[in-house]
Amino acid sequence: MRIIVCAKQVPDTNEIKINPETGTLMRDGVPSILNPDDANALEMALEIKDKNPENVEVIIISMGPPQAKEMLEECIAMGADEGILISDRAVGGSDTWATSNAIAAAVRKLGGCDLMIAGRQAIDGDTAQVGPQTAEKMGLPQITYVKEYKFSDDMKKVEVKRALEDGYQIIEADLPCMLTAIKELNEPRYMTVGGILRACDPKVKISVWGAADIGVDLNTVGLKASPTNVFRSFTPKPKGKGVFIDGDTPKEKSQNLAQSLKAKHII
Amino acid sequence: MNFNPTKEQEMVRKMVRQFAETEIKPIAADIDEKAEYPYETMEKAAQLGLMGMPFPKKYGGSETDYITYVTAIEELSRVCGSHGVILQTHCALCTWPILTYGTEEQKNKYLPDLCTGEKLGAFGLTEPNAGTDASAQETTAVDMGDHWLLNGSKIFISGGGIADIYVIMAMTDKSKGNKGITSFIVEKGTPGFYVPKHENKMGIRASIASELVFEDCKIPKENMLGKLGKGFKTAMTSLDVGRLGIAAQALGIAQGAFDETVEYMKNRKQFGRSLDKFQALAFEMANMYNQIEMARLLLYKAADKRSQGLPSTVEAAQAKLACSETAMYVTTKAVQFHGGYGYIKDYPIERMMRDAKITEIYEGTSEVMKMVISGSIFK
Repeated sequence: MRIIVCAKQVPDTNEIKINPETGTLMRDGVPSILNPDDANALEMALEIKDKNPENVEVIIISMGPPQAKEMLEECIAMGADEGILISDRAVGGSDTWATSNAIAAAVRKLGGCDLMIAGRQAIDGDTAQVGPQTAEKMGLPQITYVKEYKFSDDMKKVEVKRALEDGYQIIEADLPCMLTAIKELNEPRYMTVGGILRACDPKVKISVWGAADIGVDLNTVGLKASPTNVFRSFTPKPKGKGVFIDGDTPKEKSQNLAQSLKAKHII
Repeated sequence: MNFNPTKEQEMVRKMVRQFAETEIKPIAADIDEKAEYPYETMEKAAQLGLMGMPFPKKYGGSETDYITYVTAIEELSRVCGSHGVILQTHCALCTWPILTYGTEEQKNKYLPDLCTGEKLGAFGLTEPNAGTDASAQETTAVDMGDHWLLNGSKIFISGGGIADIYVIMAMTDKSKGNKGITSFIVEKGTPGFYVPKHENKMGIRASIASELVFEDCKIPKENMLGKLGKGFKTAMTSLDVGRLGIAAQALGIAQGAFDETVEYMKNRKQFGRSLDKFQALAFEMANMYNQIEMARLLLYKAADKRSQGLPSTVEAAQAKLACSETAMYVTTKAVQFHGGYGYIKDYPIERMMRDAKITEIYEGTSEVMKMVISGSIFK
């Protein structure tokens, strides 16, 4: 069984800077991490591998600048078998549509898979689009916001519990399919000493693929091919501080609330 | 000469730091207060592969270099000195001597479980009347033909009662002094082996130190470790490895206290400005920063020598002396800079200061380190 996990290297802080000209993120000087939801996706893949280590292969795939290789090494140190990084100036600045074109092309080049798992969304862009878009382009069924999962005995179907704002959905899908993981799905594991040694072993390769390697149409990737244009990025002004309504009893509190609303001519 | 960490060293540091910050930091104050051995987190540490790092893959280890190994101890100790010393005692004082002096049978029997952390190791040299003068061993082992008969007691034994495998020094021929000492592998649960008392310590309270008593304790013949009369050498060479671990523990404690103090100084305001804006304090922090870095360089140099298989007794003593003195200096200042908050148990600083002191005492006091170093100068 081949599982492909999509991962993104993201800045480890909310204080990211934005390029005022292009409206894209400036990554220099900001510490980078494996996107938290993607760690849940990897954990799910590794749990499946734990149950059947001989027959499950976990490949982690990412698109980003060359330094994203470090994140893939950490994924291997956690237990992934192989890493693939799509890194090329031609794909730089891609929006979610263009990114999913490149990832779908890379997965096709790998010869497909039995299961794809992505994190729900990345903490930098917060779009939650790349996973579902990749599924669309690969013609795979997709189930987002996976909180629990159960495979059929023959591993041909998966039943998942999907967490929504107002409840849960239980959905079954045939494999291959795309699942997106949420934080509540599991507790991602740490790297291990053995895993780190494997990640540092020159025999364990992280392949870096360019646009030509994945055979993607250059008109469908990169900044210029991206239909999303960032109009403006800005840090919203913080709202004023809230006011606590005091009072010894609920009645007194509601009276105080009514008084202050009246004072502001709201009621 | 290359001062850059390898990718392996960097990744191990990151991994152990994540583990220590997430799993150990939240419990460190509690296990200190209750003097409770951290079974759960040590089991997790074993799952991460921390218990057999510098040992051969053949016996279940990972074959990391010694800088990687001390980095792991340093990072554990950065949040909890007890965890650091548990790891180091297990590796340096039990696994290492069995690997180095054991027969192939002994190695196959004990090392795989020690390297995976399935079993915990300990070491018994110190006695009520044999501290720094370790050759004054009163525990005796008598050859009874088909077994050895062990009698006597040990004190301050790290992991006593918790550990499963003990490397124990005993006198087999009093007339020969140092050369009459032999080491043995003693398993927990051997009839006649008791652990009557855990010590109530000032620091590293979650690393249990105990008294061990042997009363007509029968040790199988095949459990003699190394040659007859070579136990003192086994102990001294194990302590050379141990001193790297204690130096790493001390360094970690110093770094932990320093990092806490940096954060505190940025946030604590007095006279209308944060503490880092007071030059007297900031300059002292510069000194502390330097001391830590100097100690670290001595430690990594000693660890690198051991990785290369070069003699490193003096370097290990230098590293231990420098790191433990740095730990005392930095933690004492850290408490001072925290003011009243440094003295109460709501902050980790007072624990770090208590934990630091032992590093100047065990596995050879600072005075012994100076004997080793000065001995190499005036040989």
